Amino acid sequence: METVLKEKISELFIKNKFRIFNNDPAEIKAIREKAFADFLHLDFPTVKWEAWKNTDLKKVLDRDYNFYFEPVKEQIDIEKVFQCEVPDFDTHIISLYNGWYVYRDKPLTKLPDGTILGSFAKAMEEYPEIILKHYNQYAKENKNGLNSLNTAYAQDGIFIYVPDGAEAYKTIQMVNILNKEDNLFVQNRNLVIVGKNSKLTLVHCDDSHNHKSSFTNTVTEVFMDEGAKVDHYKLQNLNNITSLINSTFFYQSANTNLTSFAISLNGGLIRNDIRITLNGEGSNADINGLYLVDKEQHVDNHVFVDHAKPGCTSNELFKGILDDQSTAVFNGHILVRKDAQKTNAYQKNRNVLLSDKATVNAKPFLEIYADDVKCSHGATVGQLDDEAMFYIKSRGISEYNAKLLLMYAFAAEVINKITIVPLKERIDDLVKKRLRGELAICDQCVLHCRNQEKIYDFNIDMSKI
Amino acid sequence: MLKIKNLHVSIEGKEILRGLNLVINAGEVHAIMGPNGTGKSTLASVITGKEGYEVTDGEVIYMGHDLLALSTEERALQGIFLGFQYPVEIPGVSMINFLRTAINEHRKYKGLDPIAAGEFLAKMEEKRKLLEIQDKLTTRSVNEGFSGGEKKRNEIFQMAMLEPKLAILDETDSGLDIDALKVVAKGVNSLKTKDNATLVITHYQRLLDYIVPDFVHVLSNGKIIKSGGKELAFELEEKGYEWLREV
Repeated sequence: METVLKEKISELFIKNKFRIFNNDPAEIKAIREKAFADFLHLDFPTVKWEAWKNTDLKKVLDRDYNFYFEPVKEQIDIEKVFQCEVPDFDTHIISLYNGWYVYRDKPLTKLPDGTILGSFAKAMEEYPEIILKHYNQYAKENKNGLNSLNTAYAQDGIFIYVPDGAEAYKTIQMVNILNKEDNLFVQNRNLVIVGKNSKLTLVHCDDSHNHKSSFTNTVTEVFMDEGAKVDHYKLQNLNNITSLINSTFFYQSANTNLTSFAISLNGGLIRNDIRITLNGEGSNADINGLYLVDKEQHVDNHVFVDHAKPGCTSNELFKGILDDQSTAVFNGHILVRKDAQKTNAYQKNRNVLLSDKATVNAKPFLEIYADDVKCSHGATVGQLDDEAMFYIKSRGISEYNAKLLLMYAFAAEVINKITIVPLKERIDDLVKKRLRGELAICDQCVLHCRNQEKIYDFNIDMSKI
Repeated sequence: MLKIKNLHVSIEGKEILRGLNLVINAGEVHAIMGPNGTGKSTLASVITGKEGYEVTDGEVIYMGHDLLALSTEERALQGIFLGFQYPVEIPGVSMINFLRTAINEHRKYKGLDPIAAGEFLAKMEEKRKLLEIQDKLTTRSVNEGFSGGEKKRNEIFQMAMLEPKLAILDETDSGLDIDALKVVAKGVNSLKTKDNATLVITHYQRLLDYIVPDFVHVLSNGKIIKSGGKELAFELEEKGYEWLREV
């Protein structure tokens, strides 16, 4: 029962508080204590909550999970897992392994342009003044037991600080890998601060290499100072019995530009909570998602866009392909506050069901208090077009390949919005593999690695010639 | 090549074809004419295996085999091609990928390796020029945003790329101006050999000035009521279909 897990979490918290709070400044300790009290009060979300009506956590919370309060010493060949040579795409890889920052001997890196990246736990020690300014400032708005639990419990994660005016910056890849012969309950906390007029491209991957049931509850806060530009890519490839709750909070100051992708390739239960606050004039948020689900999988995308200031634009495009008994949820809430005149807010959710047992719940919700706004929303659920299928088959293309062509064409609308060519090609490969049913759980999102299998050759030729 | 005997076809219980007979040999061009709603497009759909058409009686023999036992894609692989009356738009699937996939399926069926990129491009370039199709259309999604005339030329372009044994052109002339009509006809005529055959379905005699048929058949009420040479088309143009109904 979930209550069993809640009791276990309470006991462990009290017993291990000294370890969890180990490096924390007094202010953070207070925030964590308060968050824990909130968790006890709020509890895990249930289907009685409107925002969780179609995502039932009961089954996955009934499982028994193990908690670790310090990194387990393991023989891992990190070089083999992560060492990459990237010929045409310069990236900086930072990784969490079973929830802990990998490079323990070098927990923080300072790049020549002043950017700091590395372990969140270590940053708490080294840069408490930066952390205190932003920590839990954006996530606290969301009253949700899981977020509170993360605030109380999370010991490590990724910290990225980009100073003002840092341009032409390397892409950062944060790779979270689960690989333990154990049912893990992992809670990571990531904090990303992007200074004035700075640019950051961040690829955030959640991968599992094991066949155990894990539960990951991640909170990521992204603060964008004036004129900042962030491209954020989430890629999720988890085994069919792993759950991932990924809450991302973007706080956008004036004249900022955000592009966000949530690409769910595989996973037992995935919930992407994406909350965007447009808190300065002239800002833009482009929020995209693609989910490919089959068997008993479940993917839930919950997007909340808060137009708090005038003259901002948000544009959402979420597309999904569902097979077998899989289920998906899209919930898009756009709030246009009274003062947010000249707002443009658009939302589109499209789904293809390949089986009559698959279900999707789409709920667009516009809440508008300003009068000079342009808003639109639309949700569609359909099958592959029969006329198009017949047309393709009438040229001699098999039913299987005709389906693939149409599914890929459907997904490509999202993929084609990715502007970094090597990243687009990599994601393209992963999506094609997934559609062909050939994606393995060890297929990482890591880009163009030397030690990886060769770039996938699509049987029905999709190459651009 | 194709033998249709006493073909009866219904859609949702309503009989559309009522005992149709037709024989097409290699090297021949046949035209089927007739007023709207007599079953012309139904015939094209049944030959290509579209779902929703129930054959209640009769048989269709193609190259000595029962055609009706094959799937749509197998029929295509054995050389049957349909030029659609209303070509379907397929957003997101580029013409290039679509054609290359189709050609490679045909090659695989014949036990050949996939077509080399250079060979494919050269062939596409040649056929594109034949049909006077703009370069940019081949990089666009299949039929998406094409004008009516471009869609029809694109059908014949695909036919040229796939080199079918039996091409069925369903109202390919509708919506074409005279210049486009000439281009389409030129394309079809240039593909004609002694080993392939063409079945032109049309409402008007106009197209037959450019694609000259060996045989003309008049379809009325689900049956061929009169067959003749190309002069039959002129007679129909002059006297109208009512003339035959009275006979």
